[in-house]
Amino acid sequence: MSSDSATTAVNAGDLRTEEMLLNMGPQHPATHGVLRVMVRTDGEVVLDCEPHVGYLHRCFEKHCESVTTLQSVLYTDRLDYLTAMGNNWGFCMAVEKLWGPELVIPERAEYIRVICQELNRIASHLLAIGTYGMDVGAITPFLYCFREREKILTIFEHICGQRLNYNYIRPGGVAYDIDDAMLGMIRDFCAYFGPKVDEYDDLLSTNDIFVHRTAHVGVLPVKTAIDYGCTGPVLRGSGVARDLRKDQPYGIYERFQFNVPVGTGERGTLGDCFDRYMVRVREMRESLRIVEQAVKGIPGGEIRSTKIKGKIRPPKGEAYTRIENSRGELGFYVVSEGKEVLYRVKCRAPSFHNISVLPAISRGAMVADLIAIIGSMDIVLGEVDR
Amino acid sequence: MAMDRTTLVAEVEKAFGARITEKDLAGFEPFLRCEPATWPELARFLKERCGLDMLCCLTGVDRGKGQGLEAIYNVEACDAKRCGISIRIRVPLDNPVIPSVEKVWQTADWHERECWDLVGIRFEGHHNLVRILCAEDWEGHPLRKDYKSPDRYHGIKNNVV
Repeated sequence: MSSDSATTAVNAGDLRTEEMLLNMGPQHPATHGVLRVMVRTDGEVVLDCEPHVGYLHRCFEKHCESVTTLQSVLYTDRLDYLTAMGNNWGFCMAVEKLWGPELVIPERAEYIRVICQELNRIASHLLAIGTYGMDVGAITPFLYCFREREKILTIFEHICGQRLNYNYIRPGGVAYDIDDAMLGMIRDFCAYFGPKVDEYDDLLSTNDIFVHRTAHVGVLPVKTAIDYGCTGPVLRGSGVARDLRKDQPYGIYERFQFNVPVGTGERGTLGDCFDRYMVRVREMRESLRIVEQAVKGIPGGEIRSTKIKGKIRPPKGEAYTRIENSRGELGFYVVSEGKEVLYRVKCRAPSFHNISVLPAISRGAMVADLIAIIGSMDIVLGEVDR
Repeated sequence: MAMDRTTLVAEVEKAFGARITEKDLAGFEPFLRCEPATWPELARFLKERCGLDMLCCLTGVDRGKGQGLEAIYNVEACDAKRCGISIRIRVPLDNPVIPSVEKVWQTADWHERECWDLVGIRFEGHHNLVRILCAEDWEGHPLRKDYKSPDRYHGIKNNVV
């Protein structure tokens, strides 16, 4: 080998560092569904990224224009399939609003709705926390979280025969009554689950590796969060105490004592992935408090309003209502012509907004951190794509 | 700048006068109506002067029977204790154009893409008005009342009767 070519081989002067387009998804274990993210990278650094959604699109809104109002409740289950109770409730609330104040939901039904929604919130947050741990490399919490979630699903199975798509909350009330045995199951669960939250909190929140992977990562400033319409734990993680259960109480939420946990930047920067995670852990405790109070105070009586009987024909009009679902604000805009089939249904899905902020907070992050950021958003693609 | 709905509407009316073409505060969904041309200015007013910093929902509705398309914006403050307002804008079916407000509320970017995709309202000035939920090569806007489902898509037969 001549000395010339030896010089060429080690001289990196003509090498160029190039930006690369990296396709993540739509089938990727860390995207929590069929999300595709196009990432422009410079080595390990994310320069820009763009989420492509729509892979699960089945035009829920179009479905609702071709099936009856009661049948539409079934489709709402499939939006955010981890909090189907909330979807049922959100949709029914919008429909019920069309009747105006003359439609009164029976007390017992209101209590059952709250119990189911809060248990479902716990189940959903358990899954969020478990899979989030797994995203950043902790397998154990995932197994524990699923064990507890299983208990909640068993309760739901007893209540309505379903474990995921409940179709339980209907316009005017709920589908079936719950008996004392079921209330006993819920009481047992409350007693069992309280200490368990602390256990998982210890297991993950104080884990040094977990904290290093999430603190200071994916910082979402308040202003950006509001501008992108983020709600739920994502917004609260940035320190804003916006919770519709407190601010615009629907159902009977004003009767219960609970706090609204917000991010404080305790391990890193305010609004980082750790804050969003921590908000979910604390919300589970608050939800448990609400369930305990509701089980204690549940009255007897009817479970369905007598105002709605037989075929459901919502009165002519338009209504927009929102509820605080596990992932944020779930809104439904319904337009009724007074027929059995609604004229137009629009679903405002929280995950749709929460994921749209992804490019804004992941620029400059490492590729591995992008996984942590997506996980901390806790999106459900069934709801993003509708 | 906290204000109730009456004050809010009074403020808007003072600034915009006859450019608010309809007002209905009695129904379930109190709303104001304006022409598309007024919208960007009204949007900025709502955000900057009235503190409504969140665009919660954008619904596109085909009103049918020759009444054209309508966009319904639910605008709110992040402080959910305060009241928001909904704004309705009607556009004709043959020229459904509304100026984009993505520069006012970032979230309007995806909202408008969705509304274009499903209802077919064109948002002028949007930096990237492409389909978001349907496939890129999808034809038509599914939530239009005159929409006909295609018989085939890429050779796959539509089995819906």
